[in-house]
Amino acid sequence: MISEIKIMVHNGQQFIPDVTTAEVPSPFRGKPEISRAAVDEKALAEVCPVGAIARNPVSIDLGKCTFCGECALAFPKKIKFTNHHKISTNDRNSLIIRENDFAEIMVHPEKIRAEIRTIFGRSLKLRQISAGGDGSCEWELNACGNPNFDMGRFGIEFVASPRHADGIVITGPISKNMAEALQVCYDAVPSPKIIILCGVDAISGGLFVDSPAIDRSFLQKYPIDLYIPGNPPHPLTIINGILELTRNKAF
Amino acid sequence: MIKETISIKNGESILLQDIPTMEYTDFKSEMLDLLKEEQNHCVSYFAFKRDSGLQLMACIANDHDGTIALLSHKMAVQLNPQLESLTQYHFPLHIFEREIYENHGIKFIGHPWLKPVRFPSDRNDQTKEINNYPFYKIKSEELHEVGVGPIHAGIIEPGHFRFTCNGEMVLHLEIQLGWQHRGVEQLFLKKENLLQRNLLAENISGDTAIGHSLAFVQIMESLGAIPVSRQLNLERAIALELERIAINTGDISALCVDVAYNLGASVFSVLRTGIINLTQEWCGNRLGKGMIRTGGTNYRLTPKLKNRVLAVLEDYEKRFVEMSHYAYKLPSVENRFDGIGVVTTKQARLIGSVGMAARAANVRRDIRESHPFSGFSIHPYEAIVLEKGDVFARFLLRRKELKQSMAWIRETLKKMDFTNQENEPPIKFIKMMPSAFSVSLTEGWRGEICHCAVTDENGQLAAYKIKDPSMHNWKSLELSLRNLEISDFPINNKSYNLSYCGHDL
Repeated sequence: MISEIKIMVHNGQQFIPDVTTAEVPSPFRGKPEISRAAVDEKALAEVCPVGAIARNPVSIDLGKCTFCGECALAFPKKIKFTNHHKISTNDRNSLIIRENDFAEIMVHPEKIRAEIRTIFGRSLKLRQISAGGDGSCEWELNACGNPNFDMGRFGIEFVASPRHADGIVITGPISKNMAEALQVCYDAVPSPKIIILCGVDAISGGLFVDSPAIDRSFLQKYPIDLYIPGNPPHPLTIINGILELTRNKAF
Repeated sequence: MIKETISIKNGESILLQDIPTMEYTDFKSEMLDLLKEEQNHCVSYFAFKRDSGLQLMACIANDHDGTIALLSHKMAVQLNPQLESLTQYHFPLHIFEREIYENHGIKFIGHPWLKPVRFPSDRNDQTKEINNYPFYKIKSEELHEVGVGPIHAGIIEPGHFRFTCNGEMVLHLEIQLGWQHRGVEQLFLKKENLLQRNLLAENISGDTAIGHSLAFVQIMESLGAIPVSRQLNLERAIALELERIAINTGDISALCVDVAYNLGASVFSVLRTGIINLTQEWCGNRLGKGMIRTGGTNYRLTPKLKNRVLAVLEDYEKRFVEMSHYAYKLPSVENRFDGIGVVTTKQARLIGSVGMAARAANVRRDIRESHPFSGFSIHPYEAIVLEKGDVFARFLLRRKELKQSMAWIRETLKKMDFTNQENEPPIKFIKMMPSAFSVSLTEGWRGEICHCAVTDENGQLAAYKIKDPSMHNWKSLELSLRNLEISDFPINNKSYNLSYCGHDL
C-alpha cells in the first residue's frame, strides 16, 4: 500500500489538463504553411510521394499528405510544417491548404448534422474498425485513452460491440478483404450514427490508393462526419477533432 | 554430396548468375542437410518470376558464423506445377510453402496444412475466398467452436480466431489472417520512386516503422553500393532500440491491463509516452516515421538530442525500476502469468519461432548478435534468453531486453564522437546493381525481419519479398493455447503481440 502510494507520488500528475491548448513540440509535423515564394512548382510537386501537392497555385491536400515532410526539406522557403496539431475537420475541402492561407482548420458547425450535438454531445461511444491499417493509427487511438490524454474524461470511449456504439472510426485504406466486415459492422450500429475517418490511409487511400487490393466503395455510400489527417494523427488531433464535432462550446 | 551453395553476409548483394541453381532433389537434400544443424534456420524462402519461368530462392542463416546460404531451383512454366513438400521433414518451412502455393500455384505434395495464407489480390487461385477458409474441424457432440473476429473487441487489427473447445478447455486454435492485405509487395514494384518505397517500408507495420525501414534501406544501400557513415549506423541502431524500449513498455502495460492490475497498466503506459515523445522530438513522429532514409538522414542525432536521450532514459529508468520491482513480484500478477501458455524449447524449435517468442523459450535467436547489422556490427549486442517459455517468461524478457537496450544505448552514446558532425542528406535516386539478389535482416522488437530484393537486367526491382517475424510466431500463439482455458487467450495474445498487417502485407 505504502509502496503503491510512493509510486503514484513519484510519477506525479500525468494527464494533460487542457487538451485544447496543449502544444506538441517541434519538429512535430502538424499543419503546413505555404508561402508566396516563387519556386519550381513542377519539381516541388514531384517531391511529394503521394501526389498531395497541386500546382499553380501551390496547395497541399492533407487528406493525401503522409506528413513525411520531404517537401518542406526540399523547399524550405515555400513550405513549412508548423507544430499546430488541430487539423481535424468535417469538410473534405478544408483539408486543402493554399498559399498564404493561415486560417485554422476547424469543424464547421453549420455542416454538422443536427442530431450529432444533441444526441452525442455528452457521451460518445465508438467502434473502431481497422481495414488495412498499418497499426499506427490504431496505436494513437489507443493512446487517446491512456492516462496522458485520457479521452474518457469527456465521455468519449471505444466499445467492444457495434451494438453499443454511436458510430465507427475507420483506419486503413479499406482492404478488399475487410470490405464486407466493415459493412456488416456499420450496419450493426444503431442509428443515428457517425463515421470518422482516421489517418491518411482512411481519408484518401494514402500510399495504397492505386493498389488493386483495396476497395473503397463503402465510403461512397454515406456522409463522413469527421476527417482526422495524419500518419498517424497525434492523439491531440483526434481528441480535439471529436470534441469540436460533438460539443457546443468549451468543455 | 556436391557443395553447391553459396553464402553471403547480412546486407550483401550478389549477382543472380553467381547463385547456383540446382535440381529439386539436390535443393531438397542440401536444404534439409543445412536445416538439420541447430545453428541454421530458414529466414526466407520464396518464388519469383524469371526468364518466363519461376525461380525458388531459400535463404538459410547460420547463427554461428553469420553467413546466409542461398539455395535456388528453377522451374519452367507448366500446368499445375507440383513439388515434394519439405515441410514434412522440416516443419518451419510450412508457412513459406503455403505462401508459394498461394502466390504461384506450386502444389507441395505431402504438405500437412496447405491452406491459404492471406488471400492476396493477385493470388493464383481467384476462386478461393477469404470468407470460405477451410478451418480444421473436429466432429463431436461434446465439442463446440468459438469464432472471434475478424473485428475484435478492442482497438486492434482484424484477424479471425477459431477455437475448438471442450467446455472451457481449448483443444485447438486456428488463426485465419489476410484481412489486412493491402498489396505492399506488389506496390514495391509498382512504385518506382525511392522515397515512395521507403514510405511503404515504414508502413508495412506501423509499430515497427524503424525495424522494417531499416531492413529496406540496407537492401537499397547494398544494391546501390552507397556507403553509410559509422555515425549514421549507430544512430539508426539507437532509434531501433528506442522503438524496442517503447513497445516493450507498452506491452508490459497491456499485460497488466489484462490481469486488471491498474497501477502497473497506468504507470507503464505513461512511461511509454515518454519514450515515444522522445522519438518525436528526434524525427517529428512518435513512431519514428521519417527517421530512416536511404543513404543519409534528415534527422541527425545532435549533441543536444543526445543529452535529451540520456536525460529521458534516466528519468524513465528510475520510475520503471520502482514500478517493475513492485509489479513483477505481485502475487496476483505473477500467478496469472506463471506456467500459462508454455512453449518448450523443443516446440519453439519445431515451430521455427523467432525473436522474443524464441528467446523466452531458450532458443538463442537474435539477429543483432548472430548477423550484426548497422550499429550492432560496431558495438556488439549480447542476446538474452530465458528458459520457461510461458507468459511470464515473455513478460519478464521484455523487461530484461529493454534494460539491455538502455545499457547498449548508453554505452554507445558514450563511445560516439559528436564533434564535427556532418550533414548526411538522404539520396533521392539510386542505380541498383542489375540482375542481382540482396538479403537484409534486422532484429525488430518482435524478432527477425527479412527483406529480399531481386533486380532485373535493367537494374529495376523484379521482386521484393518481406518477412515479418509474425509469419513464424502466429503458429506459436496457436499452439500455446492448447489445453488452456479460453479465458487465458488474451494474456497469451498480448504476451506475443504479433503483427496482422506485417503478416498480411
